[in-house]
Amino acid sequence: MKILVPVKRVIDYNVKVRVKADKTGVDLANVKMSMNPFDEIAVEEAIRKKEAGEAEEIIAVSIGPQQAQETLRTALAMGADRAILIQTDDTVEPLAVAKLLKAVVDAEQPGLVILGKQAIDDDSNQTGQMLAALLGWPQGTFASIVKVAGDKLEVTREIDGGLETVSLNLPAIVTTDLRLNEPRYASLPNIMKAKKKQLDVKAPADYGVDTAPRLKTLKVEEPPKRAGGIKVKSVEELVDKLKNEAGVL
Amino acid sequence: MAALVLAEHDNKELKPATLNAVTAAAKLGGDVHVLVAGSGCQAVADAAAKIEGVAAVLLADDEAYAHPLAEVIAPLVVSLAGDYDAIVAPTTTNGKNIMPRVAAQLDVCQVSDVIAIEAPDTFVRPIYAGNALATVQSADAKKVMTVRGTGFPAAPASGGSAEIRPVGGAGNPGISSFVRQELAKSDRPELTAAKIIVSGGRGMGSGEAFSIIESLADKLGAAVGASRAAVDAGFISNDHQVGQTGKIVAPELYIACGISGAIQHLAGMKDSKVIVAINKDEEAPIFQVADYGLVADLFEAVPALEKAL
Ligand SMILES: Cc1cc2nc3c(=O)[nH]c(=O)nc-3n(C[C@H](O)[C@H](O)[C@H](O)COP(=O)(O)OP(=O)(O)OC[C@H]3O[C@@H](n4cnc5c(N)ncnc54)[C@H](O)[C@@H]3O)c2cc1C
Ligand SMILES: Cc1cc2nc3c(=O)[nH]c(=O)nc-3n(C[C@H](O)[C@H](O)[C@H](O)COP(=O)(O)OP(=O)(O)OC[C@H]3O[C@@H](n4cnc5c(N)ncnc54)[C@H](O)[C@@H]3O)c2cc1C
Repeated sequence: MKILVPVKRVIDYNVKVRVKADKTGVDLANVKMSMNPFDEIAVEEAIRKKEAGEAEEIIAVSIGPQQAQETLRTALAMGADRAILIQTDDTVEPLAVAKLLKAVVDAEQPGLVILGKQAIDDDSNQTGQMLAALLGWPQGTFASIVKVAGDKLEVTREIDGGLETVSLNLPAIVTTDLRLNEPRYASLPNIMKAKKKQLDVKAPADYGVDTAPRLKTLKVEEPPKRAGGIKVKSVEELVDKLKNEAGVL
Repeated sequence: MAALVLAEHDNKELKPATLNAVTAAAKLGGDVHVLVAGSGCQAVADAAAKIEGVAAVLLADDEAYAHPLAEVIAPLVVSLAGDYDAIVAPTTTNGKNIMPRVAAQLDVCQVSDVIAIEAPDTFVRPIYAGNALATVQSADAKKVMTVRGTGFPAAPASGGSAEIRPVGGAGNPGISSFVRQELAKSDRPELTAAKIIVSGGRGMGSGEAFSIIESLADKLGAAVGASRAAVDAGFISNDHQVGQTGKIVAPELYIACGISGAIQHLAGMKDSKVIVAINKDEEAPIFQVADYGLVADLFEAVPALEKAL
């Protein structure tokens, strides 16, 4: 079985984002970019499946600017076998990302696609589910355990009330939650090796997908700031403030 | 203009998140209908019919909907979508699982986690863990969206008397099945509906230590929350995680104990009305958002707080 892992280049999770003064978006100039943390978990899961003999090949794919090659090289250094960049500088919304990924799936015929549950920039939490819909495949979203069981996949999902386990026919879509695994760091020799692995660069037009956005961003603003608070000296003072000043007790 | 709200329920009870979604749907300006898809869920439909502002309840009562599998629910919603201009679900794990599948089948983009509706086609949603708010306008004829509970007040649960219409099943594609569920049992209020939340972080040090949080929570009638670090360390189960990738809460009072205040945690609780932080490190970033900060060892302060109440 082949596993396809879509990885997105996003602002590093440690960076405090700043909204641009003209309200057109957030300032991405000179900020550290990394692989979306949920996608690192997806790559790791794919590698573990390969190490367990359940998969033969791992293909990483990204849709984004030329610099997304770095993100793909990271996936290759972790252990993916080859990579595809669908290069574009345009805004590509989840539905269009899903359509491009469907085209890649049609060409590559993977048995499993593992995505992150959400990208930490747009926080959409959509792409995996949309891809599943377009393919007519089952989906195991927010996964914390993924087991291959014959021709089925058993996925334990993190849901609001606790955990749910579902059984999916293969081929299937999985989206990762935080506790699925702890991604490995790429070793230096593997980073060197990754430079020689195959990385194909394509364009959205190669797949015949219309990526025109459906959403227009009218403005991007900073959320209202909380007024600074005070430090209390004791538990007694805290209780007094909560009762008599804040009125919440 | 009419909107269809996907009800959140467990076949027995209608979940409060539905009420917030009804308020959001009403803001779109047309009739609001509620879809209850489940098995043996008449009581849920009855409750939905009483929500103020709901004009009709569509009841799909079928064994196939006993568990809300996206593969089964999405085609049902799509089969009903023709009559609606908007389809709305609360941003719960259910809504997040099902709605993008609906949107893709309808070939429309989804607007995720809406916190305000400016016009029937214009929505505000948080991005970058809530560090920016984007106002977006959708060009799609049909709007598919999930709405954040804390952005919209709950519609009154009584006062309405909508008609209940049975709707037909759309079949089961048979590509997935439910295996089992391990639901946390608790008599405490649900995190997203609680007026007070007491949360513990890595500073708790162990699962046993969480008993002081639980004890304080019980005294206050509060829900128990946690940071990701506390959940990852196995101190407490995943359904307690508050944050960008956990639950988004906005109670009257949020008490953070042994939580440093990472952006991803703040994303889930910074809209709380009053925030209290108890942390032994006076430099902890949580103090920047706290209305009342107490620099103290939580193992002393938390039990003392419980006693002082
Ligand atoms: C400068 C700039 C501005 C943008 N502005 C907007 C905007 O205003 N509104 C908007 O909707 N979008 C915008 N985008 C596009 C946006 O960044 C996302 O690509 C798109 O919205 C997908 O949403 P998400 O990442 O939140 O998806 P999610 O559904 O949260 O992503 C889930 C998973 O899907 C996969 N995935 C998602 N995107 C990609 C990708 N590109 N390549 C490979 N795998 C992927 C990953 O596995 C990821 O973990 C902008 C992009 C750029 C570069
Ligand atoms: C993709 C991604 C998603 C994430 N999503 C979330 C999320 O949804 N929710 C979330 O919470 N985090 C999330 N995180 C993790 C987040 O970045 C932080 O790592 C996490 O919130 C830290 O948890 P903490 O504050 O409990 O632990 P720490 O940062 O380790 O803080 C522990 C605090 O306890 C204090 N302390 C220790 N002992 C005591 C004592 N005896 N008395 C008083 N104070 C004490 C310390 O001073 C310290 O401030 C995410 C991270 C990533 C990368």
